[in-house]
Amino acid sequence: MFDLDRWREIFQAISKNKLRTALSGFTIAFAILLFTLLFGVGNGLKHTFEKQFAGDSQNSIYINSGRTTKPYKGLQSGRGIQFRNDDSKFINEKFPDKIQYFSPNIQRSMQVIYKGEQNRYTVRAVYPDYQPLESAVVEEGRFLTYLDVERRSKVVAIGRLVEKDLFGNLSAIGKNLNIEGISYKVVGVFSDPGGDNDERFIYTPFSTFQGMYKPNDELDYIGMTFNPDLNVDQAIAFSNLLTKMLKEKHNVDPRDQGAIRVRNYAEGTKNVQSFMMVLNVIILFIGIGTLIAGIIGISNIMVYIVKERTKELGIRKALGATPKSIVGMIMMESIFVTALAGYSGLMIGVFTLKALGKSLEKYFILNPSVETYVVVGATIVLVIAGTIAGYIPAKRAASIKPIVALNDE
Amino acid sequence: MIKIEKLHKSYPIGKDSLHVLKGIDLHIKEGEFVAIMGSSGSGKSTLLNIVGLLDTHDEGIYKLNGQVIENLDETKAATLRNKFLGFIFQSFNLITYKTAVENVALPLYYQGMGRKDRQKVAMKYLEKVGLKERANHLPNELSGGEKQRVAVARALATQPKVVLADEPTGALDSKTSHSVMELLKDINREGMTVFVITHEEDIAEQTDRIVRLKDGVIISDEKVNKTVTA
Ligand SMILES: Nc1ncnc2c1ncn2[C@@H]1O[C@H](COP(=O)(O)OP(=O)(O)O)[C@@H](O)[C@H]1O
Ligand SMILES: [Mg+2]
Repeated sequence: MFDLDRWREIFQAISKNKLRTALSGFTIAFAILLFTLLFGVGNGLKHTFEKQFAGDSQNSIYINSGRTTKPYKGLQSGRGIQFRNDDSKFINEKFPDKIQYFSPNIQRSMQVIYKGEQNRYTVRAVYPDYQPLESAVVEEGRFLTYLDVERRSKVVAIGRLVEKDLFGNLSAIGKNLNIEGISYKVVGVFSDPGGDNDERFIYTPFSTFQGMYKPNDELDYIGMTFNPDLNVDQAIAFSNLLTKMLKEKHNVDPRDQGAIRVRNYAEGTKNVQSFMMVLNVIILFIGIGTLIAGIIGISNIMVYIVKERTKELGIRKALGATPKSIVGMIMMESIFVTALAGYSGLMIGVFTLKALGKSLEKYFILNPSVETYVVVGATIVLVIAGTIAGYIPAKRAASIKPIVALNDE
Repeated sequence: MIKIEKLHKSYPIGKDSLHVLKGIDLHIKEGEFVAIMGSSGSGKSTLLNIVGLLDTHDEGIYKLNGQVIENLDETKAATLRNKFLGFIFQSFNLITYKTAVENVALPLYYQGMGRKDRQKVAMKYLEKVGLKERANHLPNELSGGEKQRVAVARALATQPKVVLADEPTGALDSKTSHSVMELLKDINREGMTVFVITHEEDIAEQTDRIVRLKDGVIISDEKVNKTVTA
């Protein structure tokens, strides 16, 4: 293998027969280039989807109540279900290790006034845990604290756009807002990656609203995040169990879809994952297709090359070349050319992806790239295919009688 | 050196077979210079190819240098060719992308000789055929006569026991034919066995012995009388 003389023979054959070297090299390089580009673009699509869904808090669960749609245990349908503080307690006691953040919520659309400016905003009375749930980012001041909740303080944290609407370019911190006749002090301003809507919320302590806008232990809905250590299936199993237990607690038919509604973001994640899997399968098929095309190409070319060299092989045989040395020569040439071409195709592909990367973002292709092991694997597959493809005709050429090879025209 | 008894060879042609050599008996001693003559299709090349281990015979006995040639595998045949035989073909059969000196050195490569030695030996034989100045030319830059002289140098490079030439002058004009024949005579004088096919009487007469073939059988086999013209 490392016989220098042998390599010299091969290099000469390669460099003096440019057409056939170019032919086989081009096939391999092109196949690998195509493979790399397709894989890269496919990965780019995947990245786009991953990013799209990563914006939201992926592990959120929201629990809403409504009216029953089925009679159950002697109770009529159409009965309203009301969540209370003991539901919060119940959930936290049953699933202490499944829950990461938790907050009950009372939500009203209210008229908000600051000096001459006024507007309608959604005001949410929540626990401090609501901040990570919404993935809100404090820009100025602070968010709500448990002390606020304890003291039923009349404080608010407002969205960036609320500040802009009501205060213009001035800071809202420390100012008092009039919300339907009651004065609240602004303690913080936040931004939210969720977009404009999410930046027009106003948050106030849960306890401040309860009793004032809602009877003493009632609440509107519950928001929480599940423990991020749970995988998608575990998270879905958790919310299913939670739903079942809440329905039991409120005497709701297990099949009733209206009375208690639990929305688990993990379901969406699961859909995204299924979609990704389909995308992956498509990419895989395209990749395998490209490789097969490459393999067929290189096989044909090897047959052509060996055929074209038949007379030369006959001469070599007449001069004393053994079948083994003939096969070895063709194979080594084939491996060398395919490996080199495969590597160039890979490099061109990787650099093309790098160069095109940014400009493809408008086609929903984000950071198109390929894992090294994938392209290297593909290159190796093609080199092996080229080797096998070269072996069969080489073996045949080596085994025909020298005189037959010599008389080949 | 070459001993052939009752040799037969047929080529399959579709369902039939073409009986080309029909019982050849031939004995060539070391150092002989033999010409085979006969009309086209009489089986001359077939015989030479069998002698040169480029093809196999069907029946009869063939001994080369005392060794019975039978059921020889290609690896052994290749080794024997490399060691004992040198070939000169009518169509030269040089490798087109190799220079003259590289062509001459090729059989030495298959002998396992080192690169520097190969180069030296090849140059020596090119010099012998008068082509030292053309050593680095490709075959398509050489005339027919020069190509054939390169082929002669290549046949000689391994110092074979037998040189087999199938119509070596068939593609050459009379002047260059003459120079190639002079080379073969030189080789023979140095002790090599030379076995040459020709259909030209004046070429055959420069050898020591003429074997005439007709329809696959030997019809005459006689020494050349150097003083008498046939
Ligand atoms: N490989 C082959 N297959 C079939 N027929 C062949 C083959 N080689 C030679 N022949 C036939 O065998 C006969 C003898 O051929 P050859 O030995 O080349 O004759 P020569 O060299 O005397 O002209 C011819 O009729 C030729 O057509
Ligand atoms: Mg002939």
